Amino acid sequence: MTNRVLITGMGMISSIGKNVEETYGSLIKEKSGTGKATILNTIHKDTFPLSEIKFTDDQLLTLADLQNNRIYTRTTCLGLIAAREAVNHAGLKSLSRLRTGMISGTTVGGMGKTEDNYKNYLLPENTTINSQYVDTHDCGDSTQTIADLLGYNDFVTTISTACSSSANAIMLGARLIKNNILDRVIVGGVDSLTKFTINGFNTLMILDKDLCKSFDADRKGLNLGEAAGFIVIESEKAAKEGNRTILGEVKGYANSNDAYHQTASSPEGNGAFLAMNKALNVAGLTPTDIDYVNVHGTGTPNNDLSEGTAMTRLFAGDYFPRFSSTKAYTGHTLGAAGGIEAVISLLTIKYQTIFPNLNYTTPMPEVNAHPVTTLITNAGVKNVLSNSFGFGGNNTSLIFSAY
Amino acid sequence: MEQLVENLKKQIIQALKLEDVKPEDINENEPLFGEGLGLDSIDALELIVLMEKEYGIRVENANAAKSVFTSVKTMADYIAQNKK
Amino acid sequence: MERFFISDHVRISNGQFSKNGNLIFAEDKDEPFTQTIRAFYKSLEIQHPAFYKMDNLSKLGFCAAELLLKDHNQLSLYNSQEVGILLANENSCLDTDQEYVETIKDPENYFPSPAVFVYTLPNIVIGEISIRHKIQGENIFFIQPEFDAEFMVNYANGLLESKSLKAVLVGWVEFYQDKYDAFMYFASSEKSKQNTLEHTVDTIKKIYNK
Repeated sequence: MTNRVLITGMGMISSIGKNVEETYGSLIKEKSGTGKATILNTIHKDTFPLSEIKFTDDQLLTLADLQNNRIYTRTTCLGLIAAREAVNHAGLKSLSRLRTGMISGTTVGGMGKTEDNYKNYLLPENTTINSQYVDTHDCGDSTQTIADLLGYNDFVTTISTACSSSANAIMLGARLIKNNILDRVIVGGVDSLTKFTINGFNTLMILDKDLCKSFDADRKGLNLGEAAGFIVIESEKAAKEGNRTILGEVKGYANSNDAYHQTASSPEGNGAFLAMNKALNVAGLTPTDIDYVNVHGTGTPNNDLSEGTAMTRLFAGDYFPRFSSTKAYTGHTLGAAGGIEAVISLLTIKYQTIFPNLNYTTPMPEVNAHPVTTLITNAGVKNVLSNSFGFGGNNTSLIFSAY
Repeated sequence: MEQLVENLKKQIIQALKLEDVKPEDINENEPLFGEGLGLDSIDALELIVLMEKEYGIRVENANAAKSVFTSVKTMADYIAQNKK
Repeated sequence: MERFFISDHVRISNGQFSKNGNLIFAEDKDEPFTQTIRAFYKSLEIQHPAFYKMDNLSKLGFCAAELLLKDHNQLSLYNSQEVGILLANENSCLDTDQEYVETIKDPENYFPSPAVFVYTLPNIVIGEISIRHKIQGENIFFIQPEFDAEFMVNYANGLLESKSLKAVLVGWVEFYQDKYDAFMYFASSEKSKQNTLEHTVDTIKKIYNK
């Protein structure tokens, strides 16, 4: 007997807001968070726009309500802020303590602190502090720290599969609930900006020197961002406790491998097609049931072509759903992308509003459809398809439905 | 020019980790991409790094890169013209 | 409840390459990993020049998969979306991350390497295996403190029971500072002639800890 997977809480911090309410405000005002970096001291700050969260590491400690008694990385602070908001929204503290876990997706982990401090690592006077940087460097540390601080650690794991990490976290959480292994799971992900990442993406020549233009014929690349996004998912039985509002349902999910190249996607969009198609099968839906697609839409020539082609194959026939990429607002937040786009998809369902694909002017010749370019209200959205496609060919599609 | 071509072949083999390839296996007039060495887009990016690292020449955009990296000979010609 | 079987398993560590408990190939255990793995790759006599471009983690995972799938046509029973890959390790791709930092740390000698950066994600090894063997089913990479047989076996069985996949490569692929350990096996509902090991937590624990 399979359980439905219901969503009872959400939390998010990104360049467009430190919580869900601020995020929604920016989305409807069409206010992007991408611009010149002022916090991260990167040599590229005058070249590439970044979607930075305008709080220093110390300010984030305060916002996260943490003391300066040990190392808390930027990733941990961001993750805690968003996960706590989701947990509070779901009102978990006042409910009975059921089997509750946490699954987070991240690629950077504590690297922000390590890259700043490794040069001094071997200096003898720094041994004590530096061993703490070692402890907080790995991807698993932020997840465990957050789970322990929030007190929901019956099952804790970290997924690191590039840009699909947090989408995969949601998928795993949904399965644990469906199989009655957990009653509640906090799922999502977090990534913070680091010089390592910016330098690396620059060397692959996929960054745009201007604001990214997803699905536009003249798109040049992506803008990097940082964020944390988490949702609380529960079994039907657990969700019934406490008279709370159900935000939606995780109706479908699927993962596939494109098996084409380490960092590029196949031009035919094979992996993307497989993931979207299978997610529909899991949900018991057909392509025409999808009212809106929150595309991965990074703005690179390669991704948008691959994803656009895959969508054309999937929505063959007369129906092509409305779609937009919200990465012009938040930047491409890597491991956090699936998590924050889950929150944005739920906002679409809650407010029946589709947020536009900013910076779009010229249609791609290969895709016979345009993204949504102005805010649509009273949108009639029941089922949202959300795509997150990562390096290594790891492609995940999720379907969120109104309850 | 001959010495430059020879050096370039060795540098390409090292930079692109073509461990089973010897300099004498590379014909300087044959296309680097497509057939032959089976290079891909990441290799193209590494060749851009090689240009800058070994010869101080910056190849700014993807379109310039296409003509510069057609073959070892076109690379050598470009270096001879632009080396600082 | 449906039962699943392991058709083969491999282990690579300390210079030893074993399949189903039999030593297939060995190099000196004190030899640097790059030499050991190159020697093994050459012994396979396959043409896959992309091998040399991989980072050590991907070379290790790639070779484990080659050893596992060599001389056994498991994959031909399934179409590409029916086979998936489930891997985990402790140190992610930290070793390669450090290699990448070497290319950007000195402002006077600043040459970030795109080829190295490509491998600064632990799941790229899954990408390499998928490209080589045309595997397009579900795949995931976990970061965990040690090989957790209970977690991995139950996860894999869940995928097989729900028919999300018909077969799955499961493994622990760990590489850090020249210390390496790869354990990989192939699980499905098929029983093969030479191996009828049942896919259970106890069996996997026994094999891994031998």
